[in-house]
Amino acid sequence: MSRVVHEFTATVPRWAPYVTPVELDKATPEQRDAMQITPSSKGISPYVLTLAHDPESLKVRSPLFNTIMYGKGGLSSAERELGAVAASIVNSCVYCVAVHASRFNQLTKRPEVMETIFAGGVAAELEDHHQAIFDFAVKLSQSPPAAGPAEIAALRDIGLSEVEILDLILSASIFGWANRLMHTLGEPVRD
Amino acid sequence: MILACPFGLLSRCGKDEMTLIETLAGVQAGTPLADAIAQRAEIMGLSQASHDAVLLPRDPGGLSHAERAALAARMAGWNDDPALVAHYRTLLAKAGEPPALAAIAAGEADASLTVEPRFAAIIRHADLLTRRTRDARKEDIAALIAAGVSEPDIVRLAELAAFVNYQARVIAGLRLLGAAA
Repeated sequence: MSRVVHEFTATVPRWAPYVTPVELDKATPEQRDAMQITPSSKGISPYVLTLAHDPESLKVRSPLFNTIMYGKGGLSSAERELGAVAASIVNSCVYCVAVHASRFNQLTKRPEVMETIFAGGVAAELEDHHQAIFDFAVKLSQSPPAAGPAEIAALRDIGLSEVEILDLILSASIFGWANRLMHTLGEPVRD
Repeated sequence: MILACPFGLLSRCGKDEMTLIETLAGVQAGTPLADAIAQRAEIMGLSQASHDAVLLPRDPGGLSHAERAALAARMAGWNDDPALVAHYRTLLAKAGEPPALAAIAAGEADASLTVEPRFAAIIRHADLLTRRTRDARKEDIAALIAAGVSEPDIVRLAELAAFVNYQARVIAGLRLLGAAA
């Protein structure tokens, strides 16, 4: 018997869709292309099979997501993950938080940062560098976006360059996209 | 001369032309922000391609181009972005603009809208995904299915809402960064 996970965690749960995913052996050539199926592909995730219902979107979103989160140069990987977690906390995407908190922990070996965020939520109190990044991403993720000049000034104060701030805008914003899929089309469960 | 390429497909935009996001954010050539964006040109191009994929798909399924533009204008309004609303109102006008869709685009309360139950459920869900994402539940998907929305259309709607909210945040962030230079 599986149970739905409601609390923030860095231990990645399983994602269970609310809609019926595309069946891999019934996928159209366009869906297979969007899922990047190759002869060696195995274990396509239920999330990707769910998004394959809209192959035109999936085909462009996957490279967009990967370029924003894993592109070379600019903001560090850990700081992009922090932006992703901040957005996911605002939108309460427990699954997204788990995946990206665990990546942050792997990169930084500092699990206490995420534990502080899980306990404090959007009001979490962090060291100055993390605080500026987290607060900007939280405010940009609100609806409507609420980031302002003070949050940008705080990012400049901690020494972020123009392109690093741009990378933070992009990593927080792409989770405005990812959260609205993952949190609304399915739920995190433990088996 | 930098030309905007807001409505065409990506393939029609030359590499020196601004994408929709840059145009609406008012990015000025020769500024530090323009230089930073030039380093992320691939992301800007993929964002433009995403716009075309969710607003002007080859296979729109059960969500027409006009309905998508109306919903996008409405969601841009919830994000307090008049320039983005204007862009989607222009797309809506190009797709043909039934009066009911104009009211939806303008953000009128769903109780005052005279649309069939299936589309009323779609509007409610677009509003939920834009304004209160965290409150979305399994029951909201069940309500869409009960109103006659197909599962592929539920995914299409989620991608549309998710994209517009992504785009609105990138534009808001770029405006801030440009103003603070």
